[in-house]
Order: sequence, then C-alpha cells, then structure tokens
Amino acid sequence: MTPIATPFFFYLLAGIMLVGGILVITRKNPVHSALALIVTLLAQASIYLMLYAPFVAGVQIILYAGGIMVLFLFVIMLVSVDRSMKERQFNSQWVAGIIAATALGGLFIAVFTKGSSLFPDHALPIVENDNTQNIATQLYGQYMFAFEIASLLLLVAIIGAVVMAKKKI
Amino acid sequence: MGSLVRSLVQYIQSYLTSDQTPGAAGNMFWALVYIMLVFVGLSIAVIAMNWLERKILAHMQVRLGPMRVGPHGLLQPIADAIKLLLKEDLIPAEADAVLFWIAPFVVVLAAFTVFVVVPFGPTHAITDMNIGILFMLGVSSLSVLGIVMAGWASNSHYPLMGALRSSAQMVSYEVAMGLAVVSAILMTSLNPSGTGTLSMIGIVQAQLAQGEWFVFKFFPLGLIAFFIFAVAMVAETNRAPFDLAEAESELTAGFHTEYSGFRWSLFFLAEYSAMIAVSSIAVTLWLGGWLRPFPNLLNTPTWNLVFSFLPGLSFLFLAAMCFFNAARMPKHPLFRIQTIGLAGFGVVLALIGLILFVPAVSMRVQDISWFSAKVAAFMYLYIWYRGTFPRYRFDQLMLMGWKVLLPMGLGVLLCTGIVGLRSEIWQQILIPLWHII
Repeated sequence: MTPIATPFFFYLLAGIMLVGGILVITRKNPVHSALALIVTLLAQASIYLMLYAPFVAGVQIILYAGGIMVLFLFVIMLVSVDRSMKERQFNSQWVAGIIAATALGGLFIAVFTKGSSLFPDHALPIVENDNTQNIATQLYGQYMFAFEIASLLLLVAIIGAVVMAKKKI
Repeated sequence: MGSLVRSLVQYIQSYLTSDQTPGAAGNMFWALVYIMLVFVGLSIAVIAMNWLERKILAHMQVRLGPMRVGPHGLLQPIADAIKLLLKEDLIPAEADAVLFWIAPFVVVLAAFTVFVVVPFGPTHAITDMNIGILFMLGVSSLSVLGIVMAGWASNSHYPLMGALRSSAQMVSYEVAMGLAVVSAILMTSLNPSGTGTLSMIGIVQAQLAQGEWFVFKFFPLGLIAFFIFAVAMVAETNRAPFDLAEAESELTAGFHTEYSGFRWSLFFLAEYSAMIAVSSIAVTLWLGGWLRPFPNLLNTPTWNLVFSFLPGLSFLFLAAMCFFNAARMPKHPLFRIQTIGLAGFGVVLALIGLILFVPAVSMRVQDISWFSAKVAAFMYLYIWYRGTFPRYRFDQLMLMGWKVLLPMGLGVLLCTGIVGLRSEIWQQILIPLWHII
C-alpha cells in the first residue's frame, strides 16, 4: 500500500513527541510526567511504523508501555505527590546542562546540513511484508554474538536486582 | 442515473468476490465499512452478552433473572443503557479531573483498536499486519494504563487499591500469556520454508496447511499452552475467579467505584470487548480461527454443502425456540404484547436464517459464523467460571501466576522447541541417512 500524507503524519507525530517531552520535564506532578512520557513513547512507536519497521514499533509498545507502567506504579506507591509538588523543579547544574544540550543540538544541526553526503541519496526499497522474519535472520545470524552479549548483560542486571533486594538468599 | 447505480452495484459485487482484506487491497472505503461493521457487531455482542450473562448466571443459581422488561427480559439491556445515560455524571471534587475524564476513553480505545487485526475470515479482517499477534498483545496491554489512571485520578482509597491490584495482576499474567503465545507461534514455522509468522491470518493458514489445530499439535504440548493461555486470559480481563480488582466484598467496585453514568458504561463496554478480544486470540492461535471442523479431511462437495447449512440452521433453531416460548407465554391479555414481540423476534431470526441458506451468502459468511461460534463458546465459559469458582485471594493469585503458570509456560516453550526440531531432524537428516544405508 502506498503511503498517504507522509509529511503531515510525520509533523503531527513529531509535534506530539515534542509536546510530550516538554510536559515530562515541566509537570510538577510525577504521575502527569509519567503519562506524558508514555504519550511520547507511543508517538515514537508510530514513527517507527511510518519507517516501515512494524516489529520495532510493536516491541516499543509492549516493552515501554509495560516497562513504563511498572515505573509509573512505583511513582504512585513511593512518592508522596503533595510533597513533590512543593519541591523545586530545576537543579543547580544548569551550566553543565546547557553545554550538553548545545553539543547535542550542534550534532543534530551538523547531521542535518551535511546529511546529503552522509547518507545514500536514494531511498531503500520498502520491505514491509517480512519485516519480522528479516529481523530474526539478522539477529540470529549476523549479529548473534552481540545479541547474546546483550542478553547476558540483562541476566547480570536481573541477578544484581535480586541480590540487592533480598537480604537472605 | 441508471448507469451510476449499475456501476455502484458492480463495484460492490467486485468487492464481495475479492480475495483480499481491505487493508491489503489498500481500499479506504471498504476498510471504513468493515470498521463500522466490526464496531456495530461488537456493540450488539456486548448487549447480548449483558443479557445472557444475567440469564445464565440466574439459571445456574435456580433463579429466573430479568423477566419484566420485554419477553424473558430481552429488552433489559436497553433499559439499562437508558438508565446509565440518564444518570448524573459525577466528577469527585478532589479528583484529578483531566485524568478522571481521559481514563475511560483510554480503556475503550485499547479494547476496540485490537479488532483491527482480528481475522473473522481469510478476507474478513480490517487488515492483516506482519506483526498481528504482537500488535494485539501490545495494544490490549495498554488498557492497564487506563485502569491505573482511573484508580489514581479518583483520589480515593478503594479505587487506588483496586487499580494497584489489577495492574500487578495484569503485569504478572502477561508473562505466562506471552510464553504460551510464543510456543504457538513456534508451531507456525513447521512448514517447508521454515519461517513462522506473527500475522493473525498467517497463523490460521499455517494450521490449515499443517492439517491440525495447534491445540492438538504435539499432544499434549499444544493443549498445555492453550490451558495456560485460557487461565491467563481470564486474569488479564479481571474476570471471576480473578476479579480481585473489583472484589465487591472488599473494595466496593474497585477502580471504577467513583464513576457513574456514561463513563461507567464505557468501562463496562471495554471489559466485555476485551473479553471478546482475548477469546479471539485464543481461537486464532489454537482453535483454527475461521476454519470449520475437518476442512481437509471432509472436503467433498457434499460435506461442504452440509457444513454450509449449519449457520442458517442455528438461526432457525433460535427462531424455533422463540416460537416455542411464545406459545408457552401465559394466555392473559396483559401478556399479549410480549407474546407478539417474542414471535416477531423469532420471525426476524428465521428470516436471517433463511438468508443464510442462499449459497452465495453462506459461502461468503460461513467463516465468520465459525469464528463467532468459537468465540461464543469462550464467552459462555467466562459466565460458567463466574458461576462456579470462588474468588482467589491475592497471594494465591500471585502464586498461581509466578510459581505455576510461568514455569509451565517455560517448560512448554522448551519442549515445543525440542519436539519441533526433532521432526525437522527426522525429515532432513534421518530419512536421507536411511536411503543411503
């Protein structure tokens, strides 16, 4: 199926992402921040869909909606909303923050202006129908080692969490 | 004018004989028609389910159930809907108004969006996605967001407790559910090309190609995976015996205690359509989706004809039940309207049944009727569970999820992998070896 109104949907989703991202850091209520983050992540999943990567989009929805959900729960359970509303929002490390933000922004601008020489100028052929199958062959073929290393890292994190949480094992 | 009508009829006819889903054909108009049809069908199913649940539960407990509004209480759901719409719409003073307002819509959206990929037939799905089952699981897991939002935004103790319980329960049973689903997806890859599929239509076609429903595949592995899913899906939809989120005796009504009127009815709608959605996942993955029994074995024209009569016959049976009960109505003048109404309902059902006997219609819709029949069996099971099992305690629920279903799911996944590999080894290594010897 040929794409319809691609620029419109791209700008719509990008706008939602930006507004969501700004709300995450400006809301005083932590629950509102977490919800804004979920909106941002869902808009990001839609952008993956527009890039013909349905598998990544699906994983984004499952993992982040599920993962952020747990985070959200902890926010509700552990943080007193009344107290956090009175806390100061911005910390004093704004100098370092500005430097980091300028560096990242400069990088983005550089990539945007030099984009034509960095990337191939023709669009890749769109393969939507066997996206999942292609990812599987790549992941378990060419990138097997990196994939296993990543899963080992996650296993270490799980064991570490259990060790830290449990007093007596 | 005449040519316009003729071309319109031709356009509709050309679509009715198409062998693609509207999404695959890229046809916006038919996609919209299908979306409307699915939406209307779901709403009717929820209304019917509302009446059936009360009637069946009542009969299980040797009561009559709703009897006053319409013959045998048939108009009770409509009366309820009017009552709910006329109720005052309250937002508690201390509530977080915006979240309180959004929460029911999130739940309804999550429950209805999944039907985009549900395959009612090889051509009767709104669209088919490469990531079909992943999409269904992902979007239906978003409904927990709405539940937590509702519980937290109410700013009250019972809803918050209900929401926390419900989300903990949904997050833990999703793990076992995912493992069961993966073991069914592994089975789709047992074909000559060796690649499986996540697409809902592809999964059913794999069962057709392999000649058996996945519930019977690698007996008893498919059956165990199906059992895990069947338990987890009840927990996932917060229904009895896992309805801790809305345990009346402990939490009044759980996360929707503070909701009234239209917003409450949205939660109700979402709960029932989520039940239909998970049932259709189970039907698609294990029970052959739209396939009729023995599609490969009994494939002669005679059997095709016999099976194509079944949808019409079932409607005629319902109509006969209506006439029978209309005849049994008390012969008092006060009951005359009810008797006529019931007979009229029977006539409507009989007409639908007769239309379903037209060969062109029955060939086109019999897959939908098989799919709906299988889903309906699950909906009956839901009611039966509610009438039979006592509610679990929260620690029992967690124990069941993490210490029983999760290890079982892991074991089934491992065994399915090994057995699936073994048949491949058998085909590719041992048989050539035998020929060499």
